[in-house]
Amino acid sequence: MIEWTRKHLLSLEELTREEIELILDNTASFKEVLTREVKKVPALRGKTVVNLFYEPSTRTRVSFEIAAKRLSADVINIAAETSSARKGETLFDTGRNIEALKADIIVLRHSASGAAAMLSRHVNISVVNAGDGWHEHPTQALLDIFTLKEKFGRIEGLEVAIVGDIAHSRVARSNIWGLSKLKAKVIVCAPKSLIPAEIEQMGVSVVTDDIDVAIANADAINVLRMQFERDEADMFPEQLDYFKKYGITQERLEKAKKKIVVMHPGPINRGIEISSEVADGSQSVILDQVTNGIAVRMAVLFLVAQGAKKRR
Amino acid sequence: MKIIIKNGLVVDPANNINEILDILVEDDKIVNVGKNLKNNAATIIDATNRVVIPGIVDMHVHLREPGREDKETVASGTNAALKGGVTSVLAMPNTNPPIDSRESIQILNKIIKNTAHANVFICGAITKQRQGKELSDISGLKQQGAIAISDDGNSVDNAQLFLEALKIAKRENILVICHCEDVSLSAKGVVNLGITSTRMGLRGISRESEYTRLSRDAELAQRAKTPIHIAHISCRESVEIIAAAKKRGINITCETAPHYFSLTEEAVWGYDTNFKVNPPLRSRDDVESIKQALKSDVIDAIASDHAPHTDNEKDIEFIRAEFGTIGLETTLAVCITELIHTGLLDWSTLIRKLCLNPSKILGIKKGTLSVGSDADIIVVSPNQEWLVDKNSFVSKSKNSMFLGKTLKGVVDYTILGGKISYQRPLERKNPNEVSCEPRARKTC
Repeated sequence: MIEWTRKHLLSLEELTREEIELILDNTASFKEVLTREVKKVPALRGKTVVNLFYEPSTRTRVSFEIAAKRLSADVINIAAETSSARKGETLFDTGRNIEALKADIIVLRHSASGAAAMLSRHVNISVVNAGDGWHEHPTQALLDIFTLKEKFGRIEGLEVAIVGDIAHSRVARSNIWGLSKLKAKVIVCAPKSLIPAEIEQMGVSVVTDDIDVAIANADAINVLRMQFERDEADMFPEQLDYFKKYGITQERLEKAKKKIVVMHPGPINRGIEISSEVADGSQSVILDQVTNGIAVRMAVLFLVAQGAKKRR
Repeated sequence: MKIIIKNGLVVDPANNINEILDILVEDDKIVNVGKNLKNNAATIIDATNRVVIPGIVDMHVHLREPGREDKETVASGTNAALKGGVTSVLAMPNTNPPIDSRESIQILNKIIKNTAHANVFICGAITKQRQGKELSDISGLKQQGAIAISDDGNSVDNAQLFLEALKIAKRENILVICHCEDVSLSAKGVVNLGITSTRMGLRGISRESEYTRLSRDAELAQRAKTPIHIAHISCRESVEIIAAAKKRGINITCETAPHYFSLTEEAVWGYDTNFKVNPPLRSRDDVESIKQALKSDVIDAIASDHAPHTDNEKDIEFIRAEFGTIGLETTLAVCITELIHTGLLDWSTLIRKLCLNPSKILGIKKGTLSVGSDADIIVVSPNQEWLVDKNSFVSKSKNSMFLGKTLKGVVDYTILGGKISYQRPLERKNPNEVSCEPRARKTC
């Protein structure tokens, strides 16, 4: 078993296969904690975790908060409006202030790609990326991968289709890096205007705009949320048209593998990218993902705190 | 004042000179180039093991004055130039106010007269406020001394207006410099479109945004029979279009910047905003193509695109950070490191790109060591290594792409108009003999 030496978790791109596996192993241990009568361990007692969120988020923020509390850390939530931050204090000054307040870990959600990596160069405390622009959302991909591993017992050799707005998705990017490092076969599927240039070079095996091709042989589908409110409106198809062409319905799943697993990072748009029947059906692991998210984030917070100690 | 520069490898492509010679300078002119020159009254510069070349003519520099004196001034920028061996710069017009009228160029002329430490030539704006709506007073700019016009930072989107500008430029005999970018294609991008924009999760700037506008500009220049110069080309297609245009007899020249032949797009993957430039760092294939085009002379000139910015404008989220890198103090060393030491170019070819060709393109009498020409000369230690350090910059801004890199090639002396205007800090042995040590020591 390798040793964890990183102080930050900024992306899955920078991790080795072994490091990802180490996080997954730790996740399994922490998941066991969640089944206990007393769901709390003293691993981060005396540590302070600051959730610094520049974008609205309920799920991820609450998940990190619960994870930190289960590890006995003190948790502070800061909801910063990107617009007001623009006028005043910079992200890096905010980060340095949080450091001066003697926090140990900043969990950062920011609309600018690269924000977490840049913040990590401005502070001496740990930074965990909770989503930066369209770039990465490593803990989401880790919980997706952990959920798959629970279902299938392995990742290597699985065929995973990521369907939806790939171009603007940090979830897609982190999943592509993570899955390909663990030797899964990654398929991305989206309308052509939402497939970013040269994505094959990230380790994607198949790029297609045909959903039936994408899921024909897939073991799992990761359905991305369609954000029709984005400003690149011209890149998007009509909502109804999208559901017709790309929506994950029971009818479509009939043609796929029987044991196919359906994932979604949430929040789901019923009737836009996924039908209610599928979202609530037996193939859906959407709520398992939410539960696993806590264990994954416990593992990540625990490991970066260990890493910071070694780096000191 | 008299100076003899002794025993240096004199490289002067204008006169096909590439040998160990002495140069005698009297007052502001070069009066003799030859072997064993003697003059008892002269200060001697021992240039043994050094290269003696014309002062660099950097035809793409943002001095930021008037308006953004916090980034750079004519004084600080020209001091930085001297340290980098640059004796003449072309100041781009995207200042505040922009150089688009008699009034604004008069302001700049006055600043230059009072504060410049090197030769500053002026590029005026093609359109008022560089907004591409209405032509600026091109003949007024010319009369006040502008030697070129450009909306640098912007392209003139309106083709009819640009054609009109070309016709006036022909009449006024002033060079048109094109920033080739179709913003409908670069689409708010910040890095190269492709694997870089995809993996970084950022909007991409396509090659098309550069080369389709370049094609248009070349066609219009041909129609107007006006020479044009293309600024900072970065990609293979641009090289091919210029090569083809030259073959067809179009009067077109172009420049690239040191970062387009020394760094690939991968440099920006860590979100260091010093690597954020426009056009963006491109792929390996593009870099290779730029190098070959330097060798084959499709690319005429190398210019820094010195673009100073404050930390407040650079040390922020990637999408919000300004585009640009400073370059005056690193251009020569990057060229020596990446083009000479790699064997890609010989000294004569490099000096044509840095000195002679820019002078010819701009129509100024610089860039040579001919007897009778202005004594703008630099003495360079080509093998001397140095670390690019934030604190070492003379420029007001420190946003260099080459921070932390070790480069080869240091300017020991910059002689401007016959005067030693910059001397690398070193120990002087006696008042008449100035000797350079391999390592810089205390200021003399």
